[in-house]
Amino acid sequence: MAILVDAQTKVICQGMTGRQGTFYAEQAMGAGTNMVGGVTPGKGGTRHLGLPVFNTVADAMAETGADASVVFVPRQSAAAAIDEAIAAGMPLIVCVTERIPVLDVVRIKRRLEDSQSRLIGPNCPGIITPGECKIGIMPTDIFQPGRIGIVSRAGTLTYEAVAQTTAQRLGQSTCVGIGADPVQGMSFVDCLELFMADDATAGVVLIGEIGGVAEEQAAEYLKTHPSGKPVTAYIAGQFAPAGRRMGHAGAVIQHGLGDAASKIRALKGAGVHIAESPVTIGETMARALTGRGV
Amino acid sequence: MNIHEYQAKRLFTEHGIPVPTGAVAASAQQAAEVARASGAQRWVVKAQIYAGGRGDGHFAGRETGAGGIRFADSLAQLERDAADMLGNTLLTEQTGPGGREVEHVYVEEACEVERELYLSMLVDRETSRVTLIASARGGIDIEKVAVDSPSAIHKLAIDPRDGLHEAAARSCIAKLRLEPGQEAEAARIAVALYGMFTELDASLIEINPLAIVRGGQMLALDAVIAFDDNALYRHEEIRALRDEAELRVGELAASHHGLNYIKLDGNIGCVASGAGMAMATVDAVCLLGGKPANFLDVPPDAPVDRIKDACKLLLADPDVQSILVNVFGGGIMRCDHFADGILLANREVPLKVPMVVRLSGTNATLGRQRLRDSGPDVVFAGDLAEAARQAVSAASDTRLLERKSWWRRTQQLLQRG
Repeated sequence: MAILVDAQTKVICQGMTGRQGTFYAEQAMGAGTNMVGGVTPGKGGTRHLGLPVFNTVADAMAETGADASVVFVPRQSAAAAIDEAIAAGMPLIVCVTERIPVLDVVRIKRRLEDSQSRLIGPNCPGIITPGECKIGIMPTDIFQPGRIGIVSRAGTLTYEAVAQTTAQRLGQSTCVGIGADPVQGMSFVDCLELFMADDATAGVVLIGEIGGVAEEQAAEYLKTHPSGKPVTAYIAGQFAPAGRRMGHAGAVIQHGLGDAASKIRALKGAGVHIAESPVTIGETMARALTGRGV
Repeated sequence: MNIHEYQAKRLFTEHGIPVPTGAVAASAQQAAEVARASGAQRWVVKAQIYAGGRGDGHFAGRETGAGGIRFADSLAQLERDAADMLGNTLLTEQTGPGGREVEHVYVEEACEVERELYLSMLVDRETSRVTLIASARGGIDIEKVAVDSPSAIHKLAIDPRDGLHEAAARSCIAKLRLEPGQEAEAARIAVALYGMFTELDASLIEINPLAIVRGGQMLALDAVIAFDDNALYRHEEIRALRDEAELRVGELAASHHGLNYIKLDGNIGCVASGAGMAMATVDAVCLLGGKPANFLDVPPDAPVDRIKDACKLLLADPDVQSILVNVFGGGIMRCDHFADGILLANREVPLKVPMVVRLSGTNATLGRQRLRDSGPDVVFAGDLAEAARQAVSAASDTRLLERKSWWRRTQQLLQRG
């Protein structure tokens, strides 16, 4: 078992005939992903990378039974592509595209509330269950099938956590890069819920960073939902310079939360094992597991 | 992206948010002219910089003098105040120690204020909604109000499907306990604010204070607007408002190159791919007692030219005594591209200090090979732990520096033959 995706997941790629879409769809297939088709408006009925191309997500779902979609569409049309996938009832949507205007994502997030779809991203590396299914842009060879769930708000820093858990011979059950945008689809809490219920996951690594209150919310969730599975966290930005800022509204709404100290304090309070340095993430996870005799 | 108060007030006027009569001036003489033309008897002169706290700030070299917001009762005094600000550096709690040079002042008719409210709008990450924030305690330090008496801060998360209607705005504004006419006007302003926020893709709009002046009229005495950088592509009119003089030189170069660069006061130049990784790099260096000279994040989709520009920023920085390159390739960021960027930079600004390079992930072996084949003298590290250790010790070990420069001189002499 794993969370969200496995060898059975049937994946389509929105924007598969584009340069990036082509590159990553090919890579995903190489990593064992069950790619079943692509969507490019106007190119329905053609074939690309040996797979059928459809005009719409609804067509692709009807023909292939796809239950996940990855969006490789330029940012100007990425929001519309996600909207289309939600409207078609796609269960899992992964959006890698960066720099989508935040108000577009606010609107999408609202649509998700009224739907059965889940969104990972935007601006994220994607999701992978090593050896079974990769939907996104992570380098495949640093992964190793195993028992650690990884959920990360940082992009490339996710790979650091992966490499270190692989080096510790713990491996990963599933790794989800949820993205670092101010508004995003799945949250830490959404992923923690799934990892805690997943038999294949023995412990969870959470990679956070300064800004926002997602880590504090994760801490609150862990405090109120004790599971017995150890959680290790690293928060990037402990020594980040205070950014110049305009206005006061951001500080007013965050009421003292959001910096590394606040996040670390909250997570410690929830029994999370804190990796003080980005170089000790794997080590801290390994020690936390041994401590529990897992 | 930020804009100046005078630009924000122009946008306010266009969107039906009332502001006092005012005009911008680039010289003291021009300030007096626009003041005379306004027909007012009393004015306020406001330094135009991208930072708050101007009233409580001070000018460089005059720690006890007046700040960047001053009232004038005569044209002569107004001209003196404008002359005093223009061309000088204003320091406030939000400018950082370098302060900001004042190139424009905004001259506005002074109002007789009876009451000061606070109104702002931003995207609240906690609820993923645009949120209206209102308080009856405007004008003063609103952050302090939020800490000391959170019940004086009222919030309304706006459902993007419904937008903000006057009735909903009024239910939030009602908590400010205004007279009915004022309540309706403040609600109308809030609705206008939301229209403006969504139409222009703002990330923050703040009115502090929203004043009730003598006669009961409501006026925005200050205006702060920040825009979502990711949406600027669809707002040419906003892009045109960018004031490049306001960005620091290195940061301007970086922003042109699409890099995220912040100068710090240490001696270890740090560059990484991805913002989280860049912060982690700075963390790793600091935890070992090192002092980063900067924060520099090269976005994973940066082309080789941009990587070159990033490396040049470090190579050209006289404060840098060692350089730490930390790249985990993945997605479109390939380690060999990064290596090429280093090589191109080194051709334009030769490396003079020890450089520690950590390459992992996509095409890491190829990247190391490129550097080994044709590159400057760099030290390779297998992981971030080793890389940080090497960079910190190189920056603190002057003997190593000397050895390096000796080695380099020898190489140069050999090359010249």
